[in-house]
Amino acid sequence: MQPTSETELEVAIWRGGDSGNFQTYLVPQRADQTVLDVVTWVQRHLEPALAYRFACRVGMCGSCAMTVNGRPRWTCRSHVAKVAPGGRLEIAPLANLPVIRDLATDMTGFFDKWQAAGGRFVPSASRADPPARVDPGSPARRAADAGIECINCGVCHGACDVVRARPGDLGPAALNRAWTLVNDQRHGDVAGVLRAVSEDGGCHGCHSQGSCTTHCPLGLDPSAAIAGLKRRTLLNWLGGEGRP
Amino acid sequence: MTLWLFVLQRGSALVLAPLVVAHLALVVMVSRDGLSAAEILARTQGSTGWAAFYGLFVLAAAVHAPIGLRNVIRETTPWRGRGLDFAMALLFLVMLALGLRAVIAVVGS
Repeated sequence: MQPTSETELEVAIWRGGDSGNFQTYLVPQRADQTVLDVVTWVQRHLEPALAYRFACRVGMCGSCAMTVNGRPRWTCRSHVAKVAPGGRLEIAPLANLPVIRDLATDMTGFFDKWQAAGGRFVPSASRADPPARVDPGSPARRAADAGIECINCGVCHGACDVVRARPGDLGPAALNRAWTLVNDQRHGDVAGVLRAVSEDGGCHGCHSQGSCTTHCPLGLDPSAAIAGLKRRTLLNWLGGEGRP
Repeated sequence: MTLWLFVLQRGSALVLAPLVVAHLALVVMVSRDGLSAAEILARTQGSTGWAAFYGLFVLAAAVHAPIGLRNVIRETTPWRGRGLDFAMALLFLVMLALGLRAVIAVVGS
């Protein structure tokens, strides 16, 4: 199928589950059109059964990530003109996750990894205690602040070559979360987080290739977070903690 | 990779880096000076310094390589588990034995 004019986009969209194929659609080109707009147009006009996931449409909820022309992106804030200047789009489900159907992936494993990395906050004080006094300028708080804006979109996880090679590895998002907790002075189980990320499949398998940082739509730096975890676990080990 | 393997691999890399540079520099110097095997052996035999230098080199390489190879295999093939760990432990012993044999041949009198 070829676009009939310059005002149409040629859009190949993944149909099916883990095994499936791309189907091509022609979609009217609009100014300021996002990739999510294109997917929505296809579902409303051509393919009512097309499965995909989105919620906020403004880059806050982290649910619309897909693989666009081979790269993981948040589709709601990816403008077609910028990511597909040639007018051709290939939209696939986010990589490194099982496909439920079409563009919707099963993110259960992704969030399980957050738990496996010790990502659950453990309070170190009760509600009877006064609020913690956190110095916003302290190095630890600044390190935590650098990572807490993550919206759990899974783009970094889809970009990670280590996760691609070893699907059970925790991946950048879970490790980034772990690093924010390690630097949160209110967290009551830092040792537990460091133990969790030191298991096989944790931070030490990272090659520091930086795909996560390159692709993070919010400009976060999970690669630096992982480097921080490596440093911290190593220092702990040298200090006699966390040895087998 | 677990923490202790990470520590061993990074630690051995730290040891290897200067030793590799020194070894390469040595190879270049010796070949440019045109030293014969007998002249080299005359300098190394009985030398505690060279025994320590190359003994440490062999140990670091024997630790470093199997851990790295294990990672490569686990990332590029479905092979993992005890069989792989056993094979890599065996590789460590083989590299150590061959390396130390070579060291003894050079520094032994």
